[in-house]
Amino acid sequence: MEITELTVHELQEKLKSKELTVSEITRAYVDRINEKESDVNAFITLLTDEAIEKSKEIEEKINNGEINSELAGIPIGIKDNICTKGIKTTCASKMLENFVSPYDATVMNKINSEGMINLGKLNMDEFAMGSSTEHSAIAKTRNPWNLNTVPGGSSGGSAAAVAANMVPWALGSDTGGSIRQPASLCGVVGLKPTYGLVSRYGLVAFASSLDQIGPITKDVKDSAILLNLLVGHDEKDTTSLDIPKQDYVASLKNDVKGLKIGVPKEFFAEGLNEEVRKSLEKAIEKYKELGAEVEEFSLDIAKYSLAAYYIIACAEASSNLGRFDGIRYGYRTPNYETLEDIFVNSRSEGFGAEVKRRIILGTYVLSSGYYDAYYKKAQQVRTLVKKEFNKAFEKYDVILTPTSPIVAFEAGTKSNNPLEMYLADICTVSVNVAGLPGISIPCGVNSEGMPIGMQLIGKRFEEGKILNAAYTFEQAVKFRKNFKPNFKK
Amino acid sequence: MQVSREELLHIAKLSNLKINDEEIDNYRLNLEEILNFADIVKNANVDELDETIGANDNFNVFREDVLKEFEDREALLANAPERERDMFKVPKVIQ
Repeated sequence: MEITELTVHELQEKLKSKELTVSEITRAYVDRINEKESDVNAFITLLTDEAIEKSKEIEEKINNGEINSELAGIPIGIKDNICTKGIKTTCASKMLENFVSPYDATVMNKINSEGMINLGKLNMDEFAMGSSTEHSAIAKTRNPWNLNTVPGGSSGGSAAAVAANMVPWALGSDTGGSIRQPASLCGVVGLKPTYGLVSRYGLVAFASSLDQIGPITKDVKDSAILLNLLVGHDEKDTTSLDIPKQDYVASLKNDVKGLKIGVPKEFFAEGLNEEVRKSLEKAIEKYKELGAEVEEFSLDIAKYSLAAYYIIACAEASSNLGRFDGIRYGYRTPNYETLEDIFVNSRSEGFGAEVKRRIILGTYVLSSGYYDAYYKKAQQVRTLVKKEFNKAFEKYDVILTPTSPIVAFEAGTKSNNPLEMYLADICTVSVNVAGLPGISIPCGVNSEGMPIGMQLIGKRFEEGKILNAAYTFEQAVKFRKNFKPNFKK
Repeated sequence: MQVSREELLHIAKLSNLKINDEEIDNYRLNLEEILNFADIVKNANVDELDETIGANDNFNVFREDVLKEFEDREALLANAPERERDMFKVPKVIQ
């Protein structure tokens, strides 16, 4: 088997048994990137030369006994809204095209201190606003399963790079589905942790009460391994919670007997593609076979959540993106006389259309006269969504839904209709609105061979339960063994 | 929900954004369409409910106000579009 097809836990075994060395692994990934990147365009900044240098250094440190982490020498790719010291962090925006972060995000400190190797920064929708990665101002990423289709978004570069075996795993960020939806469209595993589980320090803010960083991986065990590293309280992010650490790998029992799974019928309503529905129904049957107790129930919050999500996320974005003024960092217009010209022209020239659209919507819903009708109502809807989920979790351990109502769509077919693009997030946003953990795993392919994703939602801090449910399904179905992207054009 | 051109220009001004004449209608219609969808929240039965401020219940996390020196001043200033010595440079504000 090719080195780049292996999961991280398989790489770890081969490193331990000395079948492979760190520099062989890095070399294999660099070769794979050189072969596939021109088709997929997942990266904004490639660090292949640096990675090869670093792999030699890490190998020496391992041989000298200076590092003994099991993650030492494992490569990774990083979404380009996570700050990396001395390396560009562009957010796929003209605004930050030349921005070099003066510090590392907390998750990068963790990754670097394990001796992991950064292969590069990955493409995304500008400032993480989008569901197809088409809103990137820098690169056009394509889906390895069909190069005419989008990889999803906003972490589309991360999901496409993992699917194309150009990185063994990657970091993404998820504000309304931006890890899970691209994972679904690219046939890989994406986990959005509970809000507050992972530090957001150094993640360029989009909507601060919704954003979380999380892993995009080839399989569920890798997701648990990377999550183990990422979690923990950070004094630099006061919303990160100081709670006892769990071992997520230990939660993978390959057993769902007696597990109570709730299936909310509203998530299977109109707008759900027929083939996606059939694939999900098959997955439900599989869970029953495996001994889980599956029951349909009513959770009528999807549409309210989506509307509340776009109000809250845009309101927060309009405030967060106020910092881009052309003074301390970021794009500055060449056309100015006064200070106000600098603010207005830098922002108008530096932001893309979707970012401006969301700033305008956010400013609108916060402006006097509309605050109560939109923003306040949305915050109340948020309470309703939390309450409805709490009620559901009194009965069920895990909630099962589609991740996306559709498979990967052709590039250019939705990018001119903002609302239609927003509707693609209908299954994922409620998880962010309520601050819950959610995972997307592949559950099958459609008649054209495009992957279909299943979402499992858990109670706050019960990542262990959804990881185990996902793992048990994955072991039974063996998606990765049966289906591979073929880079068809 | 109808949004007039004047209203859109007012919001753009509040956002420190300049919208060209030919873009105004496009942004205006997008905003109308999205607001029409977002109107669903008005039908939600939430009158008795508090507003959720964040996903967590812990607000107002306090700490001592301790000064910490950032280790790399030059890296901070290096991103400035225009600088003079250790300062960010802007056009003259007071005539």
